[in-house]
Amino acid sequence: MDAKVNLPAGEKIKLSVHDLNFYYGGFHALKRINLDIPERKVTAFIGPSGCGKSTLLRTFNRMFELYPEQRAEGQILLDGENILERHLDVSLIRAKIGMVFQKPTPFPMSIYDNIAFGVRLFETLPRVEMDERVEWALKKAALWNEVKDKLGQSGSGLSGGQQQRLCIARGIAIKPEVLLLDEPCSALDPISTGKIEELITELKHDYTVAIVTHNMQQAARVSDYTAYMYLGDLIEFGPTSELFMKPKKKDTEDYITGRFG
Amino acid sequence: MSTLATLDASRLAMHRKRKRVNGVALALALAAMAFGVFWLIWILIETVRLGIGGMVLATFTEMTPPPQAETGGLANAIFGSALMVGLATAIGTPIGILAGIYLAEYGQKTWLGATTRFINDILLSAPSIVVGLFIYAAVVARFKSFSGWAGVLALALIVIPVVIRTTENMLSLIPHALREAAYALGTPKWKVIVMITLKAARAGVVTGVLLALARIAGETAPLLFTALSNQFWTSNLSEPMASLPVTIFKFAMSPYENWQKLAWAGVFLITLGVLALNILARVLFRNRQ
Repeated sequence: MDAKVNLPAGEKIKLSVHDLNFYYGGFHALKRINLDIPERKVTAFIGPSGCGKSTLLRTFNRMFELYPEQRAEGQILLDGENILERHLDVSLIRAKIGMVFQKPTPFPMSIYDNIAFGVRLFETLPRVEMDERVEWALKKAALWNEVKDKLGQSGSGLSGGQQQRLCIARGIAIKPEVLLLDEPCSALDPISTGKIEELITELKHDYTVAIVTHNMQQAARVSDYTAYMYLGDLIEFGPTSELFMKPKKKDTEDYITGRFG
Repeated sequence: MSTLATLDASRLAMHRKRKRVNGVALALALAAMAFGVFWLIWILIETVRLGIGGMVLATFTEMTPPPQAETGGLANAIFGSALMVGLATAIGTPIGILAGIYLAEYGQKTWLGATTRFINDILLSAPSIVVGLFIYAAVVARFKSFSGWAGVLALALIVIPVVIRTTENMLSLIPHALREAAYALGTPKWKVIVMITLKAARAGVVTGVLLALARIAGETAPLLFTALSNQFWTSNLSEPMASLPVTIFKFAMSPYENWQKLAWAGVFLITLGVLALNILARVLFRNRQ
Protein backbone atom coordinates (compact mmCIF):
# COMPACT_ATOMS: atom_id res chain seq x y z
CA MET A 1 0.00 0.00 0.00
CA ASP A 2 1.37 3.38 -0.87
CA ALA A 3 0.40 6.25 1.35
CA LYS A 4 3.13 8.57 0.25
CA VAL A 5 1.94 12.11 0.77
CA ASN A 6 3.77 15.20 -0.19
CA LEU A 7 4.17 17.56 2.70
CA PRO A 8 2.65 21.00 2.29
CA ALA A 9 4.96 23.58 0.80
CA GLY A 10 7.08 25.31 3.41
CA GLU A 11 7.73 22.16 5.41
CA LYS A 12 11.34 21.05 5.43
CA ILE A 13 11.84 17.30 5.45
CA LYS A 14 13.96 16.06 8.35
CA LEU A 15 13.58 12.30 8.07
CA SER A 16 12.63 10.64 4.86
CA VAL A 17 11.71 6.97 4.75
CA HIS A 18 11.99 5.18 1.39
CA ASP A 19 10.70 1.68 0.72
CA LEU A 20 11.47 0.52 4.23
CA ASN A 21 10.94 -3.15 4.95
CA PHE A 22 11.57 -4.63 8.36
CA TYR A 23 11.84 -8.23 9.49
CA TYR A 24 11.82 -9.97 12.85
CA GLY A 25 13.52 -13.15 11.71
CA GLY A 26 11.05 -14.43 9.10
CA PHE A 27 8.23 -12.10 10.12
CA HIS A 28 7.67 -9.19 7.78
CA ALA A 29 6.79 -6.41 10.24
CA LEU A 30 7.01 -3.27 8.11
CA LYS A 31 5.95 -3.35 4.49
CA ARG A 32 7.40 -0.83 2.06
CA ILE A 33 6.97 2.22 4.24
CA ASN A 34 7.32 5.59 2.51
CA LEU A 35 7.06 8.67 4.66
CA ASP A 36 8.46 12.15 5.13
CA ILE A 37 8.77 13.56 8.63
CA PRO A 38 8.83 17.37 8.71
CA GLU A 39 11.38 19.34 10.65
CA ARG A 40 10.40 20.98 13.95
CA LYS A 41 6.99 19.40 13.94
CA VAL A 42 5.42 16.66 16.01
CA THR A 43 4.57 13.57 14.03
CA ALA A 44 2.43 10.98 15.77
CA PHE A 45 2.17 7.29 14.92
CA ILE A 46 -1.07 5.58 15.84
CA GLY A 47 -2.59 2.20 15.20
CA PRO A 48 -3.62 -0.96 17.02
CA SER A 49 -1.07 -3.06 18.95
CA GLY A 50 1.30 -4.92 16.69
CA CYS A 51 0.80 -2.56 13.74
CA GLY A 52 4.52 -1.75 13.61
CA LYS A 53 4.53 1.82 14.89
CA SER A 54 7.13 1.16 17.61
CA THR A 55 9.11 -0.97 15.19
CA LEU A 56 9.20 1.92 12.74
CA LEU A 57 10.35 4.32 15.45
CA ARG A 58 13.13 1.93 16.46
CA THR A 59 14.51 1.90 12.94
CA PHE A 60 15.09 5.67 13.09
CA ASN A 61 17.98 5.26 15.54
CA ARG A 62 18.91 1.71 14.51
CA MET A 63 17.89 0.44 17.95
CA PHE A 64 16.88 -2.85 16.32
CA GLU A 65 20.56 -3.61 15.70
CA LEU A 66 20.89 -4.76 19.31
CA TYR A 67 18.99 -7.87 18.26
CA PRO A 68 20.73 -9.93 15.60
CA GLU A 69 17.54 -11.51 14.24
CA GLN A 70 16.05 -8.12 13.32
CA ARG A 71 16.88 -6.37 10.07
CA ALA A 72 15.77 -3.41 8.02
CA GLU A 73 15.94 -2.87 4.26
CA GLY A 74 15.43 0.38 2.44
CA GLN A 75 16.45 3.91 3.18
CA ILE A 76 15.97 6.33 6.03
CA LEU A 77 17.41 9.70 5.12
CA LEU A 78 18.35 12.12 7.86
CA ASP A 79 18.95 15.44 6.08
CA GLY A 80 19.56 13.42 2.95
CA GLU A 81 21.99 10.92 4.43
CA ASN A 82 20.94 7.28 4.66
CA ILE A 83 21.34 6.31 8.32
CA LEU A 84 20.82 2.64 7.56
CA GLU A 85 24.20 2.58 5.81
CA ARG A 86 26.32 0.09 7.70
CA HIS A 87 29.45 2.18 7.66
CA LEU A 88 27.83 5.07 9.52
CA ASP A 89 28.69 4.94 13.19
CA VAL A 90 25.56 4.17 15.14
CA SER A 91 26.70 6.22 18.15
CA LEU A 92 26.86 9.36 16.04
CA ILE A 93 23.40 8.72 14.63
CA ARG A 94 22.03 8.23 18.14
CA ALA A 95 23.66 11.45 19.25
CA LYS A 96 21.56 13.21 16.61
CA ILE A 97 18.41 11.16 17.13
CA GLY A 98 17.49 10.74 20.79
CA MET A 99 14.90 8.38 22.19
CA VAL A 100 12.65 8.19 25.24
CA PHE A 101 11.02 4.91 26.14
CA GLN A 102 7.70 3.70 27.47
CA LYS A 103 8.91 3.11 31.00
CA PRO A 104 11.13 5.67 32.69
CA THR A 105 14.70 4.40 32.77
CA PRO A 106 16.79 6.51 35.15
CA PHE A 107 20.39 5.34 35.25
CA PRO A 108 21.73 4.08 38.60
CA MET A 109 23.42 7.38 39.43
CA SER A 110 22.59 10.86 40.67
CA ILE A 111 20.14 13.16 38.91
CA TYR A 112 23.06 15.34 37.83
CA ASP A 113 25.04 12.41 36.45
CA ASN A 114 21.98 11.07 34.66
CA ILE A 115 22.08 14.20 32.53
CA ALA A 116 25.86 14.56 32.38
CA PHE A 117 26.41 10.93 31.40
CA GLY A 118 25.29 11.38 27.81
CA VAL A 119 27.00 14.76 27.44
CA ARG A 120 30.33 13.29 28.55
CA LEU A 121 30.11 10.73 25.74
CA PHE A 122 30.57 13.40 23.10
CA GLU A 123 31.91 16.51 24.80
CA THR A 124 34.57 17.37 27.36
CA LEU A 125 33.13 20.33 29.21
CA PRO A 126 34.62 22.24 32.11
CA ARG A 127 32.66 21.87 35.31
CA VAL A 128 30.91 25.23 35.03
CA GLU A 129 29.69 24.57 31.51
CA MET A 130 28.54 21.10 32.47
CA ASP A 131 26.57 22.61 35.36
CA GLU A 132 24.99 25.04 32.91
CA ARG A 133 24.16 22.26 30.47
CA VAL A 134 22.53 20.15 33.17
CA GLU A 135 20.48 23.12 34.33
CA TRP A 136 19.53 23.99 30.77
CA ALA A 137 18.37 20.44 30.00
CA LEU A 138 16.41 20.13 33.23
CA LYS A 139 14.74 23.48 32.58
CA LYS A 140 13.87 22.42 29.03
CA ALA A 141 12.27 19.30 30.45
CA ALA A 142 10.36 21.38 33.04
CA LEU A 143 11.99 19.51 35.88
CA TRP A 144 14.54 22.02 37.19
CA ASN A 145 12.37 23.55 39.91
CA GLU A 146 11.52 20.16 41.34
CA VAL A 147 15.06 18.79 41.50
CA LYS A 148 17.42 21.78 41.72
CA ASP A 149 18.02 21.18 45.45
CA LYS A 150 18.68 17.47 45.14
CA LEU A 151 20.84 17.06 42.05
CA GLY A 152 23.13 14.75 43.99
CA GLN A 153 20.36 12.32 44.88
CA SER A 154 19.61 9.14 43.01
CA GLY A 155 17.44 9.47 39.93
CA SER A 156 15.39 6.45 40.93
CA GLY A 157 14.05 8.33 43.96
CA LEU A 158 11.90 10.55 41.73
CA SER A 159 8.26 9.88 40.90
CA GLY A 160 7.39 8.14 37.65
CA GLY A 161 6.47 11.38 35.90
CA GLN A 162 9.61 13.11 37.14
CA GLN A 163 11.73 10.15 36.04
CA GLN A 164 10.24 10.36 32.56
CA ARG A 165 11.02 14.07 32.36
CA LEU A 166 14.52 13.25 33.59
CA CYS A 167 14.84 10.85 30.67
CA ILE A 168 13.65 13.56 28.29
CA ALA A 169 16.16 15.99 29.81
CA ARG A 170 18.88 13.37 29.40
CA GLY A 171 17.95 13.00 25.75
CA ILE A 172 17.88 16.75 25.16
CA ALA A 173 21.17 17.38 26.97
CA ILE A 174 23.26 15.93 24.17
CA LYS A 175 21.51 18.34 21.77
CA PRO A 176 19.97 15.95 19.27
CA GLU A 177 18.03 17.13 16.25
CA VAL A 178 15.30 14.53 16.43
CA LEU A 179 13.53 13.12 19.50
CA LEU A 180 11.79 9.76 19.28
CA LEU A 181 9.16 9.17 21.96
CA ASP A 182 7.92 5.59 22.26
CA GLU A 183 4.65 5.79 24.21
CA PRO A 184 6.25 8.11 26.73
CA CYS A 185 3.10 8.54 28.82
CA SER A 186 1.66 5.05 28.94
CA ALA A 187 3.13 4.36 32.38
CA LEU A 188 2.17 7.76 33.81
CA ASP A 189 -0.79 9.26 35.64
CA PRO A 190 -2.94 11.95 33.94
CA ILE A 191 -1.20 14.90 35.62
CA SER A 192 2.27 13.72 34.63
CA THR A 193 0.92 12.96 31.17
CA GLY A 194 -0.36 16.52 30.90
CA LYS A 195 3.07 17.87 31.82
CA ILE A 196 4.81 15.70 29.25
CA GLU A 197 2.33 16.75 26.56
CA GLU A 198 2.94 20.42 27.33
CA LEU A 199 6.61 19.68 27.13
CA ILE A 200 6.28 18.03 23.72
CA THR A 201 4.52 21.08 22.36
CA GLU A 202 7.33 23.20 23.77
CA LEU A 203 10.05 20.94 22.36
CA LYS A 204 8.95 21.17 18.75
CA HIS A 205 10.29 24.71 18.55
CA ASP A 206 13.78 23.23 18.60
CA TYR A 207 13.42 19.58 17.70
CA THR A 208 11.76 17.28 15.27
CA VAL A 209 9.59 15.01 17.39
CA ALA A 210 8.21 11.60 16.45
CA ILE A 211 5.86 10.06 18.98
CA VAL A 212 4.24 6.64 19.12
CA THR A 213 1.06 6.61 21.13
CA HIS A 214 -1.83 4.31 21.91
CA ASN A 215 -3.90 7.25 22.86
CA MET A 216 -5.65 8.89 19.93
CA GLN A 217 -6.65 11.95 21.94
CA GLN A 218 -3.00 12.41 22.77
CA ALA A 219 -2.04 12.21 19.11
CA ALA A 220 -4.76 14.76 18.30
CA ARG A 221 -3.61 17.07 21.11
CA VAL A 222 0.12 17.14 20.55
CA SER A 223 0.86 16.33 16.94
CA ASP A 224 0.96 18.31 13.72
CA TYR A 225 1.05 15.24 11.51
CA THR A 226 -0.33 11.79 12.14
CA ALA A 227 0.40 8.45 10.55
CA TYR A 228 -2.06 5.61 10.91
CA MET A 229 -0.54 2.16 10.62
CA TYR A 230 -2.08 -1.27 10.46
CA LEU A 231 -0.43 -4.69 10.22
CA GLY A 232 2.87 -3.27 9.03
CA ASP A 233 1.38 -0.97 6.43
CA LEU A 234 1.28 2.78 6.56
CA ILE A 235 -2.39 3.30 5.79
CA GLU A 236 -2.70 7.05 5.92
CA PHE A 237 -0.49 9.99 6.68
CA GLY A 238 -1.31 13.66 6.77
CA PRO A 239 -1.82 16.76 8.86
CA THR A 240 -3.39 15.69 12.16
CA SER A 241 -6.51 17.83 11.79
CA GLU A 242 -7.24 16.38 8.35
CA LEU A 243 -6.59 12.81 9.37
CA PHE A 244 -8.91 13.09 12.34
CA MET A 245 -11.62 15.28 10.81
CA LYS A 246 -11.84 13.88 7.31
CA PRO A 247 -9.80 10.74 6.90
CA LYS A 248 -9.35 9.60 3.33
CA LYS A 249 -9.39 5.92 4.06
CA LYS A 250 -12.24 3.93 5.50
CA ASP A 251 -9.80 1.93 7.71
CA THR A 252 -8.51 5.11 9.30
CA GLU A 253 -12.01 6.37 9.96
CA ASP A 254 -13.04 3.07 11.55
CA TYR A 255 -10.03 3.16 13.83
CA ILE A 256 -10.26 6.76 14.99
CA THR A 257 -13.99 6.56 15.56
CA GLY A 258 -13.45 3.48 17.70
CA ARG A 259 -15.31 1.05 15.49
CA PHE A 260 -12.18 -0.97 15.25
CA GLY A 261 -8.97 -1.56 17.16
CA MET B 1 -34.91 -20.57 44.28
CA SER B 2 -33.87 -24.10 45.06
CA THR B 3 -30.97 -23.84 42.61
CA LEU B 4 -29.73 -20.76 44.42
CA ALA B 5 -29.91 -22.62 47.72
CA THR B 6 -27.96 -25.60 46.35
CA LEU B 7 -25.38 -23.24 44.86
CA ASP B 8 -25.00 -21.61 48.25
CA ALA B 9 -24.63 -24.97 49.96
CA SER B 10 -22.07 -26.07 47.38
CA ARG B 11 -20.08 -22.88 47.84
CA LEU B 12 -20.08 -23.34 51.60
CA ALA B 13 -19.00 -26.96 51.32
CA MET B 14 -16.17 -26.10 48.94
CA HIS B 15 -15.11 -23.26 51.19
CA ARG B 16 -14.93 -25.59 54.21
CA LYS B 17 -12.92 -28.09 52.22
CA ARG B 18 -10.46 -25.43 51.10
CA LYS B 19 -10.10 -24.27 54.69
CA ARG B 20 -9.35 -27.83 55.84
CA VAL B 21 -6.78 -28.39 53.11
CA ASN B 22 -5.24 -25.04 53.87
CA GLY B 23 -4.99 -25.93 57.56
CA VAL B 24 -3.29 -29.24 56.84
CA ALA B 25 -0.81 -27.68 54.38
CA LEU B 26 0.01 -24.88 56.79
CA ALA B 27 0.55 -27.34 59.65
CA LEU B 28 2.91 -29.45 57.50
CA ALA B 29 4.87 -26.40 56.42
CA LEU B 30 5.18 -25.16 59.98
CA ALA B 31 6.28 -28.59 61.20
CA ALA B 32 8.96 -28.76 58.50
CA MET B 33 10.18 -25.31 59.43
CA ALA B 34 10.23 -26.15 63.14
CA PHE B 35 12.19 -29.33 62.42
CA GLY B 36 14.82 -27.44 60.44
CA VAL B 37 15.09 -24.55 62.84
CA PHE B 38 15.30 -26.90 65.83
CA TRP B 39 18.53 -28.52 64.64
CA LEU B 40 19.93 -25.24 63.46
CA ILE B 41 19.40 -23.59 66.82
CA TRP B 42 20.78 -26.63 68.60
CA ILE B 43 23.94 -26.42 66.48
CA LEU B 44 24.27 -22.74 67.28
CA ILE B 45 23.73 -23.27 71.01
CA GLU B 46 26.30 -26.05 71.12
CA THR B 47 28.76 -23.95 69.14
CA VAL B 48 28.39 -21.05 71.52
CA ARG B 49 28.39 -23.23 74.66
CA LEU B 50 31.54 -25.11 73.75
CA GLY B 51 33.29 -22.40 71.78
CA ILE B 52 32.77 -19.32 73.89
CA GLY B 53 35.27 -20.60 76.46
CA GLY B 54 37.95 -20.41 73.80
CA MET B 55 37.47 -16.70 73.27
CA VAL B 56 40.54 -15.72 75.26
CA LEU B 57 43.50 -13.70 74.13
CA ALA B 58 45.77 -16.75 73.87
CA THR B 59 43.55 -18.20 71.10
CA PHE B 60 44.42 -15.26 68.91
CA THR B 61 48.08 -14.85 69.86
CA GLU B 62 49.50 -18.37 70.31
CA MET B 63 50.27 -21.10 67.81
CA THR B 64 48.47 -24.42 67.58
CA PRO B 65 49.89 -26.48 70.47
CA PRO B 66 51.11 -30.04 70.66
CA PRO B 67 48.76 -32.52 72.31
CA GLN B 68 48.13 -32.06 76.03
CA ALA B 69 50.01 -28.79 76.23
CA GLU B 70 49.01 -26.24 78.83
CA THR B 71 48.74 -23.27 76.48
CA GLY B 72 48.18 -22.70 72.79
CA GLY B 73 45.92 -20.91 70.40
CA LEU B 74 44.83 -20.73 66.79
CA ALA B 75 46.79 -17.68 65.63
CA ASN B 76 48.56 -19.46 62.75
CA ALA B 77 45.33 -21.12 61.62
CA ILE B 78 43.35 -17.88 61.77
CA PHE B 79 46.05 -16.06 59.82
CA GLY B 80 46.39 -18.88 57.28
CA SER B 81 42.65 -19.00 56.71
CA ALA B 82 42.37 -15.24 56.34
CA LEU B 83 45.31 -15.11 53.93
CA MET B 84 44.19 -18.00 51.75
CA VAL B 85 40.51 -17.04 51.73
CA GLY B 86 41.40 -13.43 51.01
CA LEU B 87 43.75 -14.29 48.14
CA ALA B 88 41.35 -16.85 46.69
CA THR B 89 38.58 -14.24 46.68
CA ALA B 90 40.92 -11.66 45.17
CA ILE B 91 41.82 -14.07 42.36
CA GLY B 92 38.39 -15.57 41.85
CA THR B 93 36.28 -12.41 41.95
CA PRO B 94 37.62 -10.58 38.86
CA ILE B 95 37.66 -13.79 36.82
CA GLY B 96 34.15 -14.64 37.94
CA ILE B 97 32.77 -11.17 37.28
CA LEU B 98 34.37 -10.94 33.84
CA ALA B 99 33.12 -14.38 32.85
CA GLY B 100 29.67 -13.49 34.22
CA ILE B 101 29.69 -10.34 32.09
CA TYR B 102 30.59 -12.39 29.04
CA LEU B 103 27.71 -14.81 29.67
CA ALA B 104 25.11 -12.12 30.34
CA GLU B 105 26.12 -9.44 27.85
CA TYR B 106 27.99 -11.08 25.00
CA GLY B 107 27.49 -14.82 24.90
CA GLN B 108 23.83 -15.06 25.75
CA LYS B 109 22.72 -17.00 22.72
CA THR B 110 26.05 -18.21 21.42
CA TRP B 111 27.32 -21.75 21.38
CA LEU B 112 30.33 -20.76 23.49
CA GLY B 113 28.11 -19.06 26.05
CA ALA B 114 25.78 -22.03 26.40
CA THR B 115 28.71 -24.41 26.80
CA THR B 116 30.43 -22.20 29.35
CA ARG B 117 27.19 -21.89 31.31
CA PHE B 118 26.75 -25.66 31.31
CA ILE B 119 30.30 -26.33 32.47
CA ASN B 120 30.01 -23.64 35.09
CA ASP B 121 26.86 -25.25 36.46
CA ILE B 122 28.75 -28.53 36.79
CA LEU B 123 31.61 -26.77 38.57
CA LEU B 124 29.14 -25.03 40.82
CA SER B 125 27.74 -28.29 42.09
CA ALA B 126 31.00 -30.25 42.02
CA PRO B 127 31.93 -31.61 45.44
CA SER B 128 34.75 -29.49 46.84
CA ILE B 129 36.85 -32.59 47.50
CA VAL B 130 37.03 -33.09 43.74
CA VAL B 131 38.48 -29.62 43.38
CA GLY B 132 40.97 -30.41 46.15
CA LEU B 133 42.06 -33.61 44.45
CA PHE B 134 42.37 -31.86 41.12
CA ILE B 135 44.71 -29.25 42.58
CA TYR B 136 46.58 -32.01 44.34
CA ALA B 137 47.20 -33.77 41.06
CA ALA B 138 47.84 -30.62 39.04
CA VAL B 139 49.93 -28.60 41.51
CA VAL B 140 50.93 -30.45 44.65
CA ALA B 141 52.05 -33.66 42.94
CA ARG B 142 53.85 -31.75 40.22
CA PHE B 143 55.83 -29.48 42.54
CA LYS B 144 56.13 -32.20 45.13
CA SER B 145 55.05 -29.98 47.99
CA PHE B 146 51.92 -28.97 49.82
CA SER B 147 51.66 -25.20 49.77
CA GLY B 148 49.54 -22.21 50.62
CA TRP B 149 49.35 -21.37 46.92
CA ALA B 150 47.79 -24.74 46.17
CA GLY B 151 45.20 -24.00 48.86
CA VAL B 152 44.54 -20.57 47.40
CA LEU B 153 44.05 -22.06 43.91
CA ALA B 154 41.66 -24.72 45.18
CA LEU B 155 39.58 -22.13 47.03
CA ALA B 156 39.63 -19.77 44.04
CA LEU B 157 38.26 -22.59 41.88
CA ILE B 158 35.30 -22.76 44.24
CA VAL B 159 34.79 -19.00 44.24
CA ILE B 160 34.80 -18.60 40.45
CA PRO B 161 31.65 -20.54 39.53
CA VAL B 162 29.67 -18.95 42.37
CA VAL B 163 30.64 -15.45 41.27
CA ILE B 164 30.03 -16.26 37.59
CA ARG B 165 26.56 -17.50 38.40
CA THR B 166 25.53 -14.57 40.58
CA THR B 167 27.03 -11.99 38.24
CA GLU B 168 25.23 -13.45 35.26
CA ASN B 169 21.94 -13.73 37.15
CA MET B 170 22.16 -10.21 38.51
CA LEU B 171 23.00 -8.73 35.12
CA SER B 172 20.16 -10.65 33.50
CA LEU B 173 17.76 -9.14 36.01
CA ILE B 174 18.55 -5.63 34.77
CA PRO B 175 15.61 -4.63 32.57
CA HIS B 176 16.36 -4.48 28.89
CA ALA B 177 14.82 -1.02 28.73
CA LEU B 178 17.70 0.34 30.82
CA ARG B 179 20.27 -1.01 28.37
CA GLU B 180 18.31 0.34 25.41
CA ALA B 181 18.07 3.74 27.07
CA ALA B 182 21.84 3.83 27.44
CA TYR B 183 22.40 2.70 23.84
CA ALA B 184 19.87 5.31 22.68
CA LEU B 185 22.25 8.03 23.86
CA GLY B 186 24.99 6.60 21.66
CA THR B 187 26.83 4.88 24.49
CA PRO B 188 29.36 2.25 23.39
CA LYS B 189 28.70 -1.27 24.62
CA TRP B 190 31.57 -1.52 27.09
CA LYS B 191 30.47 1.71 28.71
CA VAL B 192 26.87 0.53 28.95
CA ILE B 193 28.12 -2.55 30.79
CA VAL B 194 30.57 -0.82 33.13
CA MET B 195 28.60 2.32 33.93
CA ILE B 196 25.00 1.21 33.64
CA THR B 197 24.27 -2.50 33.94
CA LEU B 198 27.11 -3.53 36.23
CA LYS B 199 26.46 -0.48 38.36
CA ALA B 200 22.76 -1.28 38.59
CA ALA B 201 23.60 -4.86 39.55
CA ARG B 202 26.47 -4.12 41.92
CA ALA B 203 24.65 -4.89 45.18
CA GLY B 204 23.74 -8.32 43.85
CA VAL B 205 27.24 -8.98 42.53
CA VAL B 206 28.85 -7.96 45.83
CA THR B 207 26.39 -10.19 47.64
CA GLY B 208 27.48 -13.08 45.44
CA VAL B 209 31.13 -12.44 46.25
CA LEU B 210 30.39 -12.28 49.99
CA LEU B 211 28.46 -15.55 49.86
CA ALA B 212 31.30 -17.19 47.97
CA LEU B 213 33.68 -15.88 50.62
CA ALA B 214 31.48 -17.30 53.35
CA ARG B 215 31.41 -20.62 51.59
CA ILE B 216 35.17 -21.05 51.22
CA ALA B 217 35.81 -19.83 54.76
CA GLY B 218 34.42 -23.13 55.99
CA GLU B 219 35.73 -25.46 53.27
CA THR B 220 37.95 -28.25 54.57
CA ALA B 221 38.17 -30.74 51.75
CA PRO B 222 39.94 -28.54 49.19
CA LEU B 223 42.61 -27.60 51.74
CA LEU B 224 43.28 -31.10 53.07
CA PHE B 225 45.52 -32.16 50.21
CA THR B 226 46.65 -28.75 49.07
CA ALA B 227 47.66 -26.42 51.89
CA LEU B 228 47.70 -29.30 54.34
CA SER B 229 48.45 -27.71 57.71
CA ASN B 230 51.28 -26.24 59.67
CA GLN B 231 51.94 -26.18 63.36
CA PHE B 232 53.75 -22.88 63.10
CA TRP B 233 53.15 -19.39 61.88
CA THR B 234 54.03 -18.88 58.27
CA SER B 235 53.23 -16.23 55.73
CA ASN B 236 55.22 -18.04 53.05
CA LEU B 237 52.67 -19.35 50.61
CA SER B 238 55.15 -21.87 49.21
CA GLU B 239 55.04 -23.80 52.48
CA PRO B 240 52.21 -25.83 53.91
CA MET B 241 49.86 -23.49 55.72
CA ALA B 242 47.49 -23.91 58.64
CA SER B 243 43.82 -23.04 58.27
CA LEU B 244 40.86 -23.05 60.62
CA PRO B 245 38.82 -25.79 58.94
CA VAL B 246 41.71 -28.23 58.64
CA THR B 247 42.81 -27.50 62.18
CA ILE B 248 39.28 -28.12 63.41
CA PHE B 249 39.18 -31.35 61.46
CA LYS B 250 42.47 -32.50 62.98
CA PHE B 251 41.79 -31.31 66.53
CA ALA B 252 38.18 -32.36 66.82
CA MET B 253 38.99 -35.97 65.86
CA SER B 254 41.76 -36.18 68.45
CA PRO B 255 41.45 -37.64 71.94
CA TYR B 256 43.24 -34.65 73.53
CA GLU B 257 41.11 -32.29 75.53
CA ASN B 258 43.08 -29.13 74.78
CA TRP B 259 42.82 -29.83 71.04
CA GLN B 260 39.09 -30.45 71.27
CA LYS B 261 38.61 -27.16 73.10
CA LEU B 262 40.51 -25.27 70.42
CA ALA B 263 38.50 -27.05 67.72
CA TRP B 264 35.33 -25.68 69.28
CA ALA B 265 36.84 -22.23 69.49
CA GLY B 266 37.64 -22.49 65.76
CA VAL B 267 34.10 -23.63 64.98
CA PHE B 268 32.76 -20.68 66.93
CA LEU B 269 35.01 -18.26 65.05
CA ILE B 270 34.06 -19.61 61.62
CA THR B 271 30.37 -19.58 62.46
CA LEU B 272 30.64 -16.02 63.67
CA GLY B 273 32.52 -14.98 60.53
CA VAL B 274 30.08 -16.67 58.16
CA LEU B 275 27.16 -15.18 60.08
CA ALA B 276 28.68 -11.71 59.81
CA LEU B 277 29.25 -12.13 56.06
CA ASN B 278 25.70 -13.32 55.52
CA ILE B 279 24.28 -10.42 57.48
CA LEU B 280 26.45 -8.00 55.50
CA ALA B 281 25.28 -9.58 52.24
CA ARG B 282 21.64 -9.25 53.29
CA VAL B 283 22.03 -5.65 54.36
CA LEU B 284 23.69 -4.79 51.05
CA PHE B 285 21.02 -6.56 49.06
CA ARG B 286 18.21 -4.90 51.00
CA ASN B 287 19.68 -1.46 50.45
CA ARG B 288 19.34 -2.05 46.74
CA GLN B 289 15.58 -2.48 46.95
